[in-house]
Order: sequence, then structure tokens, then C-alpha cells
Amino acid sequence: MKYFRLVWKNAWRKKIRTSLTVLSVFVAFLLFALLSAIGQAFEGGADVADADRLVVIDKVSLINSLPMSYLDRIAAVDGVQSVTHSSWFGGYYQDPRNQFAQFPVDPSSFMAMYPEYKIPREQLDAWAKDRTGAIVGQELATQYGWKIGDQIPMQATIWTKADGGRTWEFKLDGIFSTDDPRGSAAMMLFQYDYFDEARAFGKGTAGWYILRVKPDADPIQVARTIDAQFANSPSETKTSTEAAFAQSFTKQFGNIALIVSLILGAVFFTLLLVSGNTMSQSVRERISELAVLKTLGFDDRTVLGIVLSESILIMMVGGMLGLGVGWIAVQGLAKELASFLPGLFLSPAAMMLAVAFMVGAGILAGIFPALKAMRLSIVDALARA
Amino acid sequence: MTEILAHLSGVNRTYQKGKEKVEVLHNLDLDIPQGDFVAIMGPSGSGKTTLLNLLGGLDKPSAGSVRVGDAEISAMSNSQLSHWRSTNVGFIFQFYNLLPVLTAQRNVELPLLLTKFNAKERARRAAIALDIVGLSERAKHYPRELSGGQEQRVAIARAIVSDPSLLLCDEPTGDLDRETADEILKLLQLLNSEHGKTIVMVTHDAQAASYAKRTLHCDKGTLEVREAA
Ligand SMILES: Nc1ncnc2c1ncn2[C@@H]1O[C@H](COP(=O)(O)OP(=O)(O)OP(=O)(O)O)[C@@H](O)[C@H]1O
Ligand SMILES: [Mg+2]
Repeated sequence: MKYFRLVWKNAWRKKIRTSLTVLSVFVAFLLFALLSAIGQAFEGGADVADADRLVVIDKVSLINSLPMSYLDRIAAVDGVQSVTHSSWFGGYYQDPRNQFAQFPVDPSSFMAMYPEYKIPREQLDAWAKDRTGAIVGQELATQYGWKIGDQIPMQATIWTKADGGRTWEFKLDGIFSTDDPRGSAAMMLFQYDYFDEARAFGKGTAGWYILRVKPDADPIQVARTIDAQFANSPSETKTSTEAAFAQSFTKQFGNIALIVSLILGAVFFTLLLVSGNTMSQSVRERISELAVLKTLGFDDRTVLGIVLSESILIMMVGGMLGLGVGWIAVQGLAKELASFLPGLFLSPAAMMLAVAFMVGAGILAGIFPALKAMRLSIVDALARA
Repeated sequence: MTEILAHLSGVNRTYQKGKEKVEVLHNLDLDIPQGDFVAIMGPSGSGKTTLLNLLGGLDKPSAGSVRVGDAEISAMSNSQLSHWRSTNVGFIFQFYNLLPVLTAQRNVELPLLLTKFNAKERARRAAIALDIVGLSERAKHYPRELSGGQEQRVAIARAIVSDPSLLLCDEPTGDLDRETADEILKLLQLLNSEHGKTIVMVTHDAQAASYAKRTLHCDKGTLEVREAA
């Protein structure tokens, strides 16, 4: 620590050069923060997936509904603890651009299936008793300024009502949130009973079933039994883990993780070239100063450490700034994009990774100049000065 | 007879220049007593700097023995030498060699970073050293804000701050005008007489050498050190 001043002053010996280097580090880590949050948003569904939850969909396409009679038959399968259902409503609020997910569900069994969604007891009870009631996630309530008791008209894009209307009115009975920072509650839930009764077609079906496997049961075995049960029926099923289900959703967007890694790889490669160049110039410029330090009795390891610290310091300054600004930006974007790209989140793991990158890149950029400084012959360096 | 601080016997230093061997110092014997102030003169390339480097543990002899105090230079590892230098020798160069990014005070404190002293004690000792060289009021100045003579004073403060017994000066006034040079030389004389520093000073300038107690001549070709008459 007592070398900090020396390291710090040396790092800023050429203010413009160091500023530019810090700026490029800053940009790299800002990008890192944003891209890993976006990657998180796409992959997040799989991360928060509960391994004990299975999803049953139509074998041919997720778009096809399944008969409601499947509910009891799935419940009866060995190893199934509980089961509920959900469907895709696909409406919008006021303007087609106000897109977010809406699901008609059975309030009590659905909320029991997803314990990560937190809602005050009395709000849940009120909703369960209210046929045309709905609850929304905190993000949505904040975004649209909804309060409990508000009437929310939703425009259907798929489900016209039996009376020909396209507007579904819901009364807001509750607001829920998720306690998993990676998860998102940017959705609206309303009563299936009301939905099924009022819709013009498709009555008596559900989009998909969600079931919880008993703790001692084998999820793979349970999935096989369910799919076998409905084999050769008009609606064959495909049962998979929630993670696989989430992934099949995100696959529509291409391999986000790969794209993110490729971009970051290119950014960090450039970063290493830039900062490596800064460090080797910096060492080349002060060969005689380094020789003086060695003359004064600074040993090889200390000299190596001083140069490496300088390189790491530059990375840390730019990197922490980039990460900090990135974190703030992600907070802001997460609010803005809550319904469009839910789950935008800079995870602690990603931040730790970023710090590890800073140290690693600092070492990589500084190691050769540092070794050069360490191996410097005092006599030669002083003779040249 | 006073105690011998530095003792060189049968010292050889050869450099490999391509295939050729250049023998810079040949079978050199030299004793420097404690409290001495020696000037070394001689033509360029005669091996004066090489001799200083050997005395200061920056270089090792190809053959023979260099002993300073209790330390046998030729037998020490590089890291042992680093440590030894930090407490036993102070170096003063022609071009001062201060770190431009640090103030005078911080330059003087540099050698103390290698000690166990805390920040306060380091600052105190550096202030004393700066006071000895008469530059207290310039403590917060950067080298570029100082004149050559002032820079050399800071360099001298840095050389004495860890209280070494031996000061090695390689043309300390080579870059200074007469008047400033005389001030620096008087300061060295003071360090020798009042603070008991043993000083070995390489110089091209006979007038500078006259400040020393004795002058040795390093002769080109013969690689011999002989006492001046
Ligand atoms: N690292 C080295 N490799 C090869 N030869 C060297 C090396 N260092 C010094 N020499 C040679 O040794 C001889 C003596 O060098 P040294 O620097 O000791 O001379 P000097 O008396 O200090 O000269 P000057 O008055 O010019 O400073 C020179 O011929 C020089 O070329
Ligand atoms: Mg010389």
C-alpha cells in the first residue's frame, strides 16, 4: 500500500495517454455490463427455472391448445405433486406497442406453483373471489401507474369475446413481485374461468400445463409417463423441464450468449492491445528511472510488482467506472424495458467476473513490460542514460 | 590507523564485447578507510564508473574480492545486494536521476519505502535530509521546478536519508556551473567532515577533486589505480 502513490503517479505520468487508455477500458466494461445484462435477460428464464417444475405443451406446436381434461389426468400420474395451467392471451394495453405477457390462470393453484411470486395474502384472496379481477407484476404497475382498484381495458389480438367484443376489462386486485433478482414479474394474470366463459372459441382448453414433481420422483420418468399417456391421441404432448421450455422460447432470438461472447471477445482483445501498448511505452520511457529504483535497493520482485500494479490500477480505474455507469444504466434500462425485455439484470456473478477480468487484463497487459523492467540491468541502463 | 571501509583485492572486471574480451579493471587493489573522501580521476573509458559500480554492489567483479564493511559483494545474490544497497550505500549521479512524477520530499522518501518506518517517520526523516542539504522550503516542488543545483541537492538528500556510511558520486558536478558545483562540493565536504560519510567521487574536474582528501588516478590502458603525489 505504501507504494500506491508511486504507482498512481507513474500511471498518470502522461495524462492524455493514460486518460485515453482509461477511456477505452471504461467503454469495454460499460459494454460488458450492458451485454451481460442483456444476455442475462435472454438466458435468465433458464437460470431461474425450477428443476422440479415441468411444462407440458402440445407436441406439434406451443400454439396448439390442450384439452382441459388433461389437468386431472396429469394430476393422477405417479410422481406428480401438483398441477396448474396457463395460456397465452397476447393482448395489449391502449396501444399495440404496450406489449407484455398476459396469462389466464387459476389463481390459487398457479400462485402455489410459483412461490417466487410474492403477493399479500389479502390481495390474493380478493383476486380469487373476483371473476374479472387481475393482478400485475410490480414493474408493470410502476410503468403504467396502475393502482389497486383501477379498471384496466386490454385489447385482444387473438381472443375475441363471444359477444364479438375485443376489449377485456379487468379490475386490478393485487400487485405481485418476485424475490429472485434475476426473475421478472412483468406480466398480468387474470382468471381463467372468466376468460374461458367469455371467449368466442377454444373453450375448454389450456395453452400448457405446469406441474411440480414430488421431491422423491424422477422428473425424466414423470415426463415420459405423461407423454406416453397422451400418445396416439389427437393432442399428443411434449413434457420438458422449465429450463428447456424457457430456452425454446429464447432460441427464437438466435444464440444470444454466443453473440455476446464474440463481441466481448473482440472488445477485450482490442483493450489488451491498447493497454499493453500503453504499458510498454510507459516502461520504455523510464528505463533509467526504473534503474534508479533498483539502485536504491528495490529488488526485482518489487519492481515487477510496481509495474504490474500500475497496469492493474489503470484497468481498475476504467473498469470500475465502466461497471458503475453500466450498473446505473442497467437499472434505468430495466425499468424502461421491463415489459419488452424483462429480467435485464447485472448479476453479482457478472460483476465479480468483470473485476476478475480487470485484474486478469491488467496482468496480461502489464506482464511483459513488467518482466522487462524486472530484468533490467542497472549498469547498462544507467550507462545509457 | 582508521578502520578500512572498502577493500578491493585482485579485482578484475572484463566485459564480453562480441567475441572480444575487454578487460576494464585488471588486478586492482584498493583500500578506502572509514571517513575518507576520495576523488577518482582519469580519462573516459578508463573504468571509473565500473569501479564505482563494484563498490556500490551494482556490479560484481569477474575475479577478486570486493568487501565493503562486512559485505563480500562478489558472494552476494542479486536480491541480497538490493537489500544491502538500500541501507549501506547512497548514489549520486551526474544527471541527478530524480523521479519526475514525485515531489522533492517524496523523492527523498523513496529509499525509506524499503524500510519498516511508517509514513510519518518516513516524512520526518526525509525532512531532516532535506534540511541538511538546505532545501527544506522546496520540499513540495517537483524536479522540473528546481534548478540543476537544487536537483542535485535533492539527490544528495535521497542518498543520505537511510544513513548509509558510503556515498558514491559519479561526476556529481559534471552538469553544473562552477559556482553551483562549488556549493555541491562544499556540501559533500560537510557530509564527510560533519556526518562522517565516506565518499568516493568520480570527476573530470581537477578543481572538484581538490575538495577531496586525496585523489586517485585511473589510467587508461594500464588499469591501475595509483595514489596521487
Ligand atoms: N556493460 C558493458 N559492456 C561492455 N563494455 C562495457 C560495459 N560497461 C562498460 N564497458 C566498457 O568498459 C570501459 C570502462 O567503462 P566505464 O564506464 O567504467 O568508464 P569511465 O571511466 O566511467 O568513463 P567515463 O569517464 O566516460 O564515464 C569502457 O571501455 C566501456 O566501453
Ligand atoms: Mg563513467
